[in-house]
Amino acid sequence: MQGIPIILAIVVMNFFLLNLAEGDAVDVLAGEAGSATPEYMEEMRKKFGLDKPLTVQLAHYLKNVVQLDLGFSFRHDMQVTELIVDRFWPTLLLMVSTILLAVGFGVLLGLFAAVNLNTWKDAVVSVFALITYATPLFWVGLMMIILFSIKNDWFPTSGMENSAAFYEGFDRIKDIAHHLVLPTITLSLFYLALYTRMMRASMLEQYGQDYVITARAKGVSERRITFVHVLRNALLPVVTMAGVQVGALIGGSVIVESVFAWPGLGMLAFESLFARDLNLLLGIFLLSSALVVAVNLVVDVIYCFLDPRIEVN
Amino acid sequence: MREFWSRFSRNRQAVLGLVILGLVVFVASIANLIYPNDPFLYSRFPLSGPGENGFLLGSDSIGRDVAAGIAHGAKTSLLIGLIATLAAVFIGLVFGAFAGYYGGLVDDILMRVTEVFQTIPSFIFAILLVAIMKPSIESVVIAITVVSWPAVARLVRGEFLSLKNREFVQACHTLGMGDFRIMLAEILPNCLSPIIVIGSLMVATAILVESGLAFLGLGDPNVMSWGFIISDGRSMLRVAWWICTFPGIAILITVLAINLVGEGLNDALNPRLRERS
Repeated sequence: MQGIPIILAIVVMNFFLLNLAEGDAVDVLAGEAGSATPEYMEEMRKKFGLDKPLTVQLAHYLKNVVQLDLGFSFRHDMQVTELIVDRFWPTLLLMVSTILLAVGFGVLLGLFAAVNLNTWKDAVVSVFALITYATPLFWVGLMMIILFSIKNDWFPTSGMENSAAFYEGFDRIKDIAHHLVLPTITLSLFYLALYTRMMRASMLEQYGQDYVITARAKGVSERRITFVHVLRNALLPVVTMAGVQVGALIGGSVIVESVFAWPGLGMLAFESLFARDLNLLLGIFLLSSALVVAVNLVVDVIYCFLDPRIEVN
Repeated sequence: MREFWSRFSRNRQAVLGLVILGLVVFVASIANLIYPNDPFLYSRFPLSGPGENGFLLGSDSIGRDVAAGIAHGAKTSLLIGLIATLAAVFIGLVFGAFAGYYGGLVDDILMRVTEVFQTIPSFIFAILLVAIMKPSIESVVIAITVVSWPAVARLVRGEFLSLKNREFVQACHTLGMGDFRIMLAEILPNCLSPIIVIGSLMVATAILVESGLAFLGLGDPNVMSWGFIISDGRSMLRVAWWICTFPGIAILITVLAINLVGEGLNDALNPRLRERS
């Protein structure tokens, strides 16, 4: 429940940001049309309620947001809510596959490094994590395109599916999966580095705990200690981190989607930048904030499930 | 100081980072000497490969020198990273210090605000801020500052919270020192090392965010930057790989170097934490 005041604060901030921007929706529309008389613009302002005092406008805006009405995108000639829902699924697909890949491989690599502590294997994993942690996502994406789409024609450069082929059923799924490969790898690299480092640190911390000594004293094999005792406990902070990073993941998807023209929310945000479609950009911003709050709640619940010592309050 | 330096220099990675960072700073500072012309100046040789027509790293679609762009872009990246971080550390310090020192209602209010800013997806927020303020150096710095101060605030609050009841602070109260003097002259110097570490890592993040914004077309259109070269060369990816490749390597190396230095600082300033990882 502590999420609600946060969302409310973001909505209010949204409203003031919209007002801070130079020119209002009517100016944008008039610019689009090429010419508009001042009288006509006044009339439009009255129609949209832009002539009322700021507090009234704020109340109006809040009421609309509660009813899931995020305004109108003049560029796309559609309700912002409708547009966002349309573009939400590709982003969700990209994010879920990224999280699975990043957490999966991150846990594996971290585990591998921790088991081979201070050997060359550990060093290789650490250097890999250090480098990917410092690489800009858009550059990785472009390099992937050069290597795997231009030099070798293995994967498509852009889009989510080959719409000209009219695939159906299983063929369509295969086609989308084929398009998904490069964006997913690109987006997951940064988080892979993060999870690898965390998993390694977390494993090492658990190895130092008393229960490991107890297990060793009982004669439990090292294998069993690692995979049954330590691994389970070491996973906890990684799960929390996966939740905390969702906000960053959304930011990363803006970059990756605009590199690969993946038709999701990030691409929509990129397009709205060029069209100066602020209503749309604010809507995407609001939705992604709400998503972060929701995911944090879910992570809290998962956390209690994994570690019964912690209670939800 | 000498003890700090000996601990820092024992860490080979950190020294390597420092050397690379020194090199980047050097290139940035002599950019005007080696490439005295405007980096936006176009030439008669578009799309020359690396080494062709006297372009060390090639030229772009209208014949601008990529190497000159990288040298001038280094100035932009370092400057934006440094200024945004300093501003963010300052704001975080004020928020964290007041919240931690006074506690109670002040703490509640300040931390609620911090929480809101921490929940917001930072990159999208930065995009939104720059889009609303119109792209310029100032708006990019403001946006990066606004999205990066909460981490500092949390850290500083924690430090102040744990230090404010220590004996030396109580002694200051007994001596009749004012709150501000205690905060600035007594508590702050004792929590400088984690602040320096987080600050150095924040410079690296700031450079990444700046390049991302410039890539999306939200950089200052009158100032050369690494992200701008890449976003501009994107459409030429098929025919001229070098335009996008080299500025990206510049970003990678710089950010990596700063991260290495930051971790070295962490090890040298907090020797107790060393054994843990």
